[in-house]
Amino acid sequence: MNHSVIRVEKLTRRFGENIAVNDLSLEVQAGEVFGFLGHNGAGKTTTVRLLNGVLEAHSGSMRVLDLDPLNDGPSLRARTGVLTESASVENRLTARDNLLIYADLFSLPHEKISARVSELLDFFGLSKYADEKMEAFSTGMRQRLALARTLLHDPEVLFLDEPTAGLDPVAANQVNELIANLSEEKGRTVFLCTHNLVEAQKLCDRVAVMEHGKLAAIGTPKDLMQQYVRRLDVDIEVSPEQVDVALNALSSASPLTQGLPRHVNGNLTLTIPSRDVIPALVSLLVKKGIRVYHIAAHQPSLEDVYFALHGEKEAVQ
Amino acid sequence: MNWRAIFAIVRKDLKIVLQNKGVLIPTIMVPLILFGIIPWLSALAPSMVNMGGTSLDEIATLIEQMPIGLRTELAPYTLEQQTIVFFLVYMLAPMFLIIPLMVASVIAADSFAGERERRTLESLLYTPTSDRELFIAKLISSWLAAIVVALAGFLLYIVMANAAAWPTMGMIFFPNWMWIVLVLWVSPAAAGLGLGTMVLVSARAQGFQDAYQTGGAVVIPVLLLMFGQLSGAMYFSTWIVFFIGLILWVIDVALIWFGSRIFRRGRLIARL
Ligand SMILES: Nc1ncnc2c1ncn2[C@@H]1O[C@H](COP(=O)(O)OP(=O)(O)OP(=O)(O)O)[C@@H](O)[C@H]1O
Ligand SMILES: [Mg+2]
Repeated sequence: MNHSVIRVEKLTRRFGENIAVNDLSLEVQAGEVFGFLGHNGAGKTTTVRLLNGVLEAHSGSMRVLDLDPLNDGPSLRARTGVLTESASVENRLTARDNLLIYADLFSLPHEKISARVSELLDFFGLSKYADEKMEAFSTGMRQRLALARTLLHDPEVLFLDEPTAGLDPVAANQVNELIANLSEEKGRTVFLCTHNLVEAQKLCDRVAVMEHGKLAAIGTPKDLMQQYVRRLDVDIEVSPEQVDVALNALSSASPLTQGLPRHVNGNLTLTIPSRDVIPALVSLLVKKGIRVYHIAAHQPSLEDVYFALHGEKEAVQ
Repeated sequence: MNWRAIFAIVRKDLKIVLQNKGVLIPTIMVPLILFGIIPWLSALAPSMVNMGGTSLDEIATLIEQMPIGLRTELAPYTLEQQTIVFFLVYMLAPMFLIIPLMVASVIAADSFAGERERRTLESLLYTPTSDRELFIAKLISSWLAAIVVALAGFLLYIVMANAAAWPTMGMIFFPNWMWIVLVLWVSPAAAGLGLGTMVLVSARAQGFQDAYQTGGAVVIPVLLLMFGQLSGAMYFSTWIVFFIGLILWVIDVALIWFGSRIFRRGRLIARL
């Protein structure tokens, strides 16, 4: 777990005036599920292309599996598996043929091919449609076949660009379990580009957030939450006849609170700067003779981190 | 060179192309019409013009304007036979080149521009296959198909030309040496011309249709050869055919060399 599989230093790639990846430095450790987040056009797909030697960088250095992506492209790509954004399967071929061609491209031993192909078709629930042309497949089926194809040669590092996009919740869940398994049981490294922050939080050991080609934040989801979440919602339950008194008291409790308390369906919710102010809030309410039955802070999420980062940038601009 | 990967891509490209009607129809129809039907029309021509009386003289005048070499070759035949040999052996020779040229172009358009259009190129670029292997695979698939179709067209033509002309000729008159050189030496080069042009055109084209339409201009040299011969400026002697092949091969090498410089992952993916 302690050697880095991906090491990137000051990586830059431009498209004309547009800097798609800007001075990016990061490391990904073996066996890690590494989340790569960022808005549309932040540079995620470009980074995956650079790391697989499919696109040339303008400056900076990178090593993947101790290989130089550009000079050792073929031997590197034999050991990585990439799921591209748009499931680019051959619609005019059958599901099985799609896999068989890639078995040759990745030089799978001949005697292992048919078992491996059947195993994957089975796992992704495509056995029944294995010999049908993919034209008739749904988006999710196509996505699943593309995933099966990515796993065909059992790659050491997986680059998955939005693997659950277009999948129904059951299939998405299955894919997420697969990703967790690959990392935990087989020690595979997963570089996961995603917009799904809930999934990222559950799945990723560490995440990086990209902003306009630059690294905006990197760390474990927990660290990032502590570092970036500067506001927290809490629900407070007081005795029903005292709600108005409580609202009044909380309205003038700044700087313990941010903004005004909200009163929805008998619930009081307010935003506070951090957990640290909760005791002070409780004592304030108690001093006013208000009976507090329950107080609960919402768990911060990666989503909060994401919006916090976004908010900071917008404030600067 | 990973030949297993190369042939996997060749197989894939050919399997896919067989399902594209825009490719399949011209690939089958053009040889069938050119070499299955035209022999019968021209074989019937002498007996029909005979009834008119004057037209056979017109053909005789036409033949008289031909280079001396061609007239020598036609000399042993009767006028009716000359008409048939003139049309079926000489006039149709340049048209034969349309087959490999067109088949190679249309398949290359599907394989290069079409693959990008279908968005399947990207995942191919993420395989261990090197740029050169990928390029060679794509050249082989179009080239191989063009040669197979051209050979099939030639065999069909041998049967059809001899059968249609039998009543007049009374012997197996086709093919001659010139045609053997044409089929084995020039038509693979013509396939290379269509292919090489399409590789360059595909680098800029939006998709299959766009590439195929832009690349259609490659038939112009064939038309020039056709009119060149019809005007009596030259005729398809074995030597001239050999030189046409030589020139085409030189052009092919240049086109493929340029193509291989364009066909690089980094450039391809930046245009996806
Ligand atoms: N081939 C290209 N030519 C020109 N510009 C490009 C090219 N590829 C990417 N870009 C630009 O680079 C920037 C980063 O794009 P990239 O596809 O890496 O973003 P992304 O983070 O993957 O976005 P998304 O979440 O929408 O997939 C964008 O501004 C994009 O317009
Ligand atoms: Mg992307």
